[in-house]
Amino acid sequence: MLTIKNLHASIEGTPILRGINLEIKPGEIHAIMGPNGSGKSTLASVLAGREEYEVTEGEVIYKGKDLLDLSPEDRAREGVFLAFQYPVEIPGVSSTNFLRTAVNQVREYRGQEPLDAVKFLSLMKEKMKLVEIDQKLLSRSLNEGFSGGEKKRNEIFQMAILDPALSILDETDSGLDIDALKVVANGVNQLRSSDNATIVVTHYQRLLDYIVPDFVHVLFEGRIVKSGDKSLALELEDKGYDWIKDEVANTAV
Amino acid sequence: MSKDNEILEEFTSKEYEHGWSVDYEADEAPLGLNEDIIRWISAKKEEPEWLLEWRLKAYRIWENMEEPKWANVRYPKLDFQKVRYYSAPKQTKKTKSLDEIDPELLKIYDRLGISLNEQKRLQGIAVDAVLDSVSVGTTFKETLSKLGIVFCSFSEAVQEHPDLVKEYLGSVVPSTDNYYAALNSAVFSDGSFCYIPKGVRCPMELSTYFRINAANTGQFERTLIIAEEGSYVSYLEGCTAPQRDENQLHAAVVEIYAKKDAEVKYSTVQNWFPGDKNGKGGIYNFVTKRGICAGDNSKISWTQVETGSAITWKYPSCILKGDNSIGEFYSVAVTNNYQQADTGTKMIHIGKNTRSRIVSKGISAGKSQNSYRGQVQVMKRATNARNFSQCDSLLMGDKCGAHTFPYIDIANSSAKVEHEATTSKIGEDQIFYCNQRGIATEDAVALIVNGYAKEVLNQLPMEFAVEAQKLLALTLEGSVG
Ligand SMILES: Nc1ncnc2c1ncn2[C@@H]1O[C@H](COP(=O)(O)OP(=O)(O)OP(=O)(O)O)[C@@H](O)[C@H]1O
Ligand SMILES: [Mg+2]
Repeated sequence: MLTIKNLHASIEGTPILRGINLEIKPGEIHAIMGPNGSGKSTLASVLAGREEYEVTEGEVIYKGKDLLDLSPEDRAREGVFLAFQYPVEIPGVSSTNFLRTAVNQVREYRGQEPLDAVKFLSLMKEKMKLVEIDQKLLSRSLNEGFSGGEKKRNEIFQMAILDPALSILDETDSGLDIDALKVVANGVNQLRSSDNATIVVTHYQRLLDYIVPDFVHVLFEGRIVKSGDKSLALELEDKGYDWIKDEVANTAV
Repeated sequence: MSKDNEILEEFTSKEYEHGWSVDYEADEAPLGLNEDIIRWISAKKEEPEWLLEWRLKAYRIWENMEEPKWANVRYPKLDFQKVRYYSAPKQTKKTKSLDEIDPELLKIYDRLGISLNEQKRLQGIAVDAVLDSVSVGTTFKETLSKLGIVFCSFSEAVQEHPDLVKEYLGSVVPSTDNYYAALNSAVFSDGSFCYIPKGVRCPMELSTYFRINAANTGQFERTLIIAEEGSYVSYLEGCTAPQRDENQLHAAVVEIYAKKDAEVKYSTVQNWFPGDKNGKGGIYNFVTKRGICAGDNSKISWTQVETGSAITWKYPSCILKGDNSIGEFYSVAVTNNYQQADTGTKMIHIGKNTRSRIVSKGISAGKSQNSYRGQVQVMKRATNARNFSQCDSLLMGDKCGAHTFPYIDIANSSAKVEHEATTSKIGEDQIFYCNQRGIATEDAVALIVNGYAKEVLNQLPMEFAVEAQKLLALTLEGSVG
């Protein structure tokens, strides 16, 4: 579904990603871990098409297409979804209105009829249950004055509505209390199918107890320096990143 | 450096949609302004002697006034001798009913999406259509007259209701008020007149659609709304003009007189030609709008969506004379390219327990300048006066400017005046967030801007709120991405 080859990206001339290789197949869950500033959000942003990042080398193939060639909105319409680490507030625009615009633009791209108000509301109702989100939150301005946890939950709600093929969750667990974490994880698991894939960026093993990854990768200084199965996450939880940093230092010598 | 700038460089301005003009045989005054021209206009309109005298007096006042310089707008000095002060399509003079209007003129309005055919009209909206210097027709006059409501062109009111005109003309905006009000008083051509009798709730929206067609012609509209005790009316004004290289002058005066327990809602969707994307041409919109809440418990509410004009100079105001009277001002002013807007309001609290509310939302894009200028004045005997002002500015890009000039003047210590102001930028973050959900950049801008202006748009009558939303999106089309 997604193949990243030797991806290099920089921002304002500073290289951040320095040769990422990653292969993701439908149905898989990949966890990406790594110290602060290692480039996790950068990778997510580059995949989503944020324009400040300049891709200097490498390629990304998504469903057989050159992902880097598509505009951010077309990537979204092709099924790439990013749950933001810091969701943006849009005053005066309700989540409902926002999502309806989004859903219908995605549908238009796919040659489908727009959803009428009734059908859209029933879709909303169904997905609201899934992530246990309050109707009241959705009639408020998008993310405005939402608590940290509410913002994250709203991201997963949007993901549920848009039903993406590739979801990238950037630290969706940070700011969530234990119960919310379970609800969000449960939502993600229910949306999981053999056709879609998920990239979970996290610092904590805890989330991975609920969303069990097929692979765990460690990102360090813009490269994936170690990959393994879910036990790698446990090992990191236990030992921190120093031993990996040492390993990298030794191989570099 | 933000990506916004780069995106803004790619600016491709959408052409002004109403920029066409039509040829028709016109009855025109010679260019320029002097007492003879004023006599000419007054004679053309077969006005009574007192009105001619009133005009001439205003002209003499104007001659001795200076063009105001305090507004935050820049433009070359106007040559008032190069303006034509009267132009009318030839045929309209004698028409008495809508059926007699020249079909060619009706076509102009059809093309603007304003049908003057009552059958085709949206139910619930009566229209007075003003083309250049004259009203070409007013719909639903009969329906309204059954309730005693007078809704007609100003010229007609001068003929049919001279006493009302004589009593109220200049009672809210005297000729001495300011330079453009004096000019308007001297040369005003047409506009609308509304009279709502005691206790009557006007069952439909009254609206005037102003269109400038002729070149080199100024439009000097005069509108007068009188709301008798306990009456209610909602009035809407819309306007467009052809795309021309020269600047054209529009200097209007609107007066509202609200008696005890009366309520007047006045909404404007202003879409005069703003000039092209290099700042060439466009309407100079110098307008004086003022209402007086003369009676106790009366209310005047101004709502404006200002998207057009090269220069806007406009401060719809309320004089809160009656006790417990309420003044409101809701405004969205959008400027793009080289547009300049200096707009706001004045709330003058005279009566006890008077309340005012100001919500101003400025949106600047391109190389435009957008200023809010507002005054809240609480007079000595205005015990317990309350004012709340909210002035927000939204910037798109970093080549435009937003400015706020609030003046507060309080002579009664029981007054409570609150002022809040914010400035924000349409963030690339917000746009990217929308993009990431599949929303195209143009639609993202429309969504964000309409969200920002929501509190004001909500004040508009439903049909017009939708129009206004589209207009906002259209004005800003191409300003990002
Ligand atoms: N505009 C910028 N100019 C220079 N450096 C930048 C800019 N934006 C981000 N960076 C740097 O890029 C690096 C990677 O940032 P990124 O947000 O991808 O890290 P992360 O792995 O997501 O970290 P965290 O775990 O804290 O979320 C950081 O060192 C950051 O400071
Ligand atoms: Mg991050």
